[in-house]
Amino acid sequence: MVLCTLARRFVGPLGTIIIKCKDFRIIQLDIPGMEECLNIASSIEALSTLDSITLMYPFFYRPMFEVVEDGWHSFLPEQEFELYSSAISEWRLSYVNQEFAVCPSYPPAVTVPKAIDDDALRKVAAFRHGGRFPVLSYYHKKNGMVIMRSGQPLTGTNGRRCKEDEKLINATLRAGKRGYIIDTRPLNVAQQARAKGGGFEQEAHYPQWRRIHKSIERYHILQESLIKLVESCNDQTQNMDRWLSKLEASNWLTHIKEILTTACLAAQCLDREGASILIHGTEGTDSTLQVTSLAQIILEPRSRTIRGFEALIEREWLQAGHPFQQRCAQSAYCNSKQKWESPVFLLFLDCVWQILRQFPCSFEFNENFLIMLFEHAYASQFGTFLGNNESERCKLKLQQKTMSLWSWVNRPSELSKLTNPLFEANNLVIWPSVAPQSLQLWEGIFLRWNRSSKYLDEAYEEMVNIIEYNKQLQAKVNLLRRQLAELETEDGVQESP
Amino acid sequence: MEHIRTPKVENVRLVDRISSKKAALGTLYLTATHVIFVETAPDARKETWILHSQIATIEKQATTATGCPLLIRCKNFQLLQLVIPQERDCHDVYISLIRLARPVKYEELYCFSFNPKLDREEREQGWMLIDLSEEYKRMGLPNNYWQLSDMNREYRVCDSYPTELYVPKSATAHIIVGSSKFRSRRRFPALSYYYKDNHASICRSSQPLSGFSARCLEDEQMLQAIRKANPGSDFIYVVDTRPKLNAMANRAAGKGYENEDNYSNIKFQFIGIENIHVMRSSLQKMLEVCELKSPSMSDFLWGLENSGWLRHIKAIMDAGVFIAKAVSEEGASVLVHCSDGWDRTAQVCSVASLLLDPHYRTLKGFMVLIEKDWISFGHKFTHRYGNLDGDPREISPVIDQFLECVWQLMEQFPCAFEFNERFLIHIQHHIYSCQFGNFLCNSQKERQELKIQERTYSLWAYLWKNRADYLNPLFRADHSQTWGILHLPTAPCNFMYKFWNGMYNRFEKGLQPRQSVTDYLMAVKEETQQLEEELEALEERLEKIQKVQLDRTELRSKQSEPSKHSGFSTADGSTANTPQDYSGNVKSFPSRSPSQGDEDSALILTQDNLKSSDPDLSANSDQESGVEDLSCRSPSGGECAPSEDSGKDRDSDEAVFLTA
Repeated sequence: MVLCTLARRFVGPLGTIIIKCKDFRIIQLDIPGMEECLNIASSIEALSTLDSITLMYPFFYRPMFEVVEDGWHSFLPEQEFELYSSAISEWRLSYVNQEFAVCPSYPPAVTVPKAIDDDALRKVAAFRHGGRFPVLSYYHKKNGMVIMRSGQPLTGTNGRRCKEDEKLINATLRAGKRGYIIDTRPLNVAQQARAKGGGFEQEAHYPQWRRIHKSIERYHILQESLIKLVESCNDQTQNMDRWLSKLEASNWLTHIKEILTTACLAAQCLDREGASILIHGTEGTDSTLQVTSLAQIILEPRSRTIRGFEALIEREWLQAGHPFQQRCAQSAYCNSKQKWESPVFLLFLDCVWQILRQFPCSFEFNENFLIMLFEHAYASQFGTFLGNNESERCKLKLQQKTMSLWSWVNRPSELSKLTNPLFEANNLVIWPSVAPQSLQLWEGIFLRWNRSSKYLDEAYEEMVNIIEYNKQLQAKVNLLRRQLAELETEDGVQESP
Repeated sequence: MEHIRTPKVENVRLVDRISSKKAALGTLYLTATHVIFVETAPDARKETWILHSQIATIEKQATTATGCPLLIRCKNFQLLQLVIPQERDCHDVYISLIRLARPVKYEELYCFSFNPKLDREEREQGWMLIDLSEEYKRMGLPNNYWQLSDMNREYRVCDSYPTELYVPKSATAHIIVGSSKFRSRRRFPALSYYYKDNHASICRSSQPLSGFSARCLEDEQMLQAIRKANPGSDFIYVVDTRPKLNAMANRAAGKGYENEDNYSNIKFQFIGIENIHVMRSSLQKMLEVCELKSPSMSDFLWGLENSGWLRHIKAIMDAGVFIAKAVSEEGASVLVHCSDGWDRTAQVCSVASLLLDPHYRTLKGFMVLIEKDWISFGHKFTHRYGNLDGDPREISPVIDQFLECVWQLMEQFPCAFEFNERFLIHIQHHIYSCQFGNFLCNSQKERQELKIQERTYSLWAYLWKNRADYLNPLFRADHSQTWGILHLPTAPCNFMYKFWNGMYNRFEKGLQPRQSVTDYLMAVKEETQQLEEELEALEERLEKIQKVQLDRTELRSKQSEPSKHSGFSTADGSTANTPQDYSGNVKSFPSRSPSQGDEDSALILTQDNLKSSDPDLSANSDQESGVEDLSCRSPSGGECAPSEDSGKDRDSDEAVFLTA
């Protein structure tokens, strides 16, 4: 499962297998005997290219730990909605997609404006790419503004309209308020999309909304970027010059900057301008989700906690229908052009890491948490990231047949490794810098197998020790203070008669 | 001051370069020592102070409708863009600053008027804080192989060397003088560092005057003597830190490098570090990248790459690693030189010493290292850092590069250094500030003639007094990283060299991480210390009370049934000494968080202290304010208003992300 590609080589009787893993590690096995080597290689190859999901590890994995809390039920849409419901009177939970008939990539329950009934939603779905009608992604308690997401409108070349769509989008704005539609594609790409039946909202038909175009790259461009980056990180022969130009040529950090900038823009429209936002690209399953989820990291303190971040992944990535199965099938070492392969989720995690690095005390989780999520998105013994959407996961009966990643993660022994000792709840909006000087290569992911992290690990340990010792002392002092207080009052009582 | 044409200009605007925030309106003052900009906004009155000696360049730009722009670039990488309403005022300021930033004699420098209100005794003690003869003693000198030479008494042999030098015992006066005549500027081989563990040493000198074929018997004997001073090895390395081509070109001028055939048992090695001119233009190119207004990722990475800066840093580090390995692993002594032996040689010797000896990674040890390899051995501070009006071709960021090497090492070995990044940044600042006398002049001899120690104050005493600000919280004397030699990875890990944002963008707070782990941990440690003290006091009190109670209980038990309460206190008293019980308790007690009680106020207090620790540096008033760092900033970074303050800064913020 963790395998990305495999190469065989023979020198005399000694066979060598080179295994390149999805987490960018490269393992070389020297196996005496040509026959054995070939057998092992073909076995590994067969096992790593299973054609049925149900033959994958999660379906055979038997947990060796006690399940304290079943992760499949940790983040139900109803519970998430409940968190907001007191504040949201204009929104409702709709089960129009109960049978996945309206939108195959949406979950059964979605949050929509109260003023729009299910029939109207069906009509809007027909007007949006993949049936992805606008749904609530985030509600900003501070000013009641919202982030919505959807697929592109299917205006086509002759400017098709949909009254219900216009009504839905306008229904989310209070009287006299304005909103922004952030299209994650550059204008020319959005215009070209019309030829294929797609398109963008005409401002004339959505008069209260202003459209902003950004350019977040898609699919193969991101994949090529990842391949180039990992290649240059593995190159041990280069001189200083070539390292920086290769880093530049990979464009990875350019993508990071673009995604972060768009997320900051969205957060800023919401928080500073007091405007609601609709975000979409083409399908609304990739760059859209990067932006909506990062905006929440910036705006919402809860999404910077462990549980809140898990809920965010569940809501904005899994439920929202990011096609993990397609995007995270091969990782960086596959040479064959995989049409749907793309490190969209890894880019999101990298962006979170960039913010974490700038605000090291504002996140409840540490870097290891993000690395763990990266690994499990690509290869896992848990069922959480299997399938491309809720509909597929339902058909696979993952809840019955596999274990949820959250069941494993949310145990104290695991959590202790993933908790940031510096965390101090910060209820403010955190605005990261997106200047090139402030963005760095995520060494914990990309140089993980190429450099020793011994000294950095020691430093982390030292940091934990400093804080733990302080907490212990704090506890000790508090205990003694209490004891003293008790003894002294007791003393007083005894002496008073 | 006769050079100040206009002491005060009103309605000047200070342009914020990173964010598109509106420029701050204020008054510009020129004093004998500083340029001061005071904002007129009644709530802020923020002040920006710039020392004249920090000014690198002043650029008068084309007048626009709004006024006459003046760009001041500082040596500590601050960049000030002012817009002065009247062209005439701008011209006066420009002419005044040109003169003020280029003093012609030492007496004009700030350190001669700077008075930190210390009495004479304190000042003298300050100068005695760092003592090189102590340092040589610490290395284990003198010993059977090395002795203190008085050959350079009154700078008779070499005027850019110190008077006290260690040379091999077998190097006679005749050999030393002979060798000095065969070396550029008579900088003969002398000891820089002695590695006690295996007797190997690092020596330094200038290039030999070998030309194409010249020889000098005494110089050959000198190298022989260095080899003999290390009985464990039958050869020495001679490391020429220049690119081979440069060294060969020098032969035409009667200089050059050692011919292996003439010197017995030497291994000669070139390590190509470029000269001061290449380094100067490399820094220039890198700073241009930093000055770009909203650069793209590609602009930045290309610019950084094309500047070659990190490649030069790596070359210096490689040389240091080579020497440290030769000394520690091969047990061979090394003679290092470049051309004159005061730039690259100083860099390389000090990097190697730092890798080899943990002492140099402590606060005091680092001061000693700079005192030894840079100040005493005649690094030309005045020329290199342009403290006086002089040849601009002499200026080069030589010690800046060394400080960056140290920072790069700190990034690799976070627990190995007693000091933090701020320490390096403040040293860099003061190398250019001329506020203290340490870095004045080009040699020990000049400093003595100027009576620096009697007329100015020592930076080391100042830094030492404020050492709490400069400590690395992760440093622990008994940690394995603090022992022995720092081993850099042998594989070509070029990605380990990173752009030093904290230095080159240090005044662009919006580009820095918004929360400082170092400050946070220091505050925790400080609180821990207070807790330890309190714990001790509490335990003492508890013991006393328990004793009283015990006496009373005993008394009572004689009279009646034993009380249940007395049992409680002793039982609990014993848990106070078993750690496992507290870990169970940890959760029920408040951990540090801004909303909770007194431990938090302690935290904020300490960070406030940090803020005011260095008044001259925090002239830019929002710099290093720990409290603000815990909150958040606007996307553009310049605005410190917490996010509650919605709408206030909206236009500028939007512009940032829209244009980015």
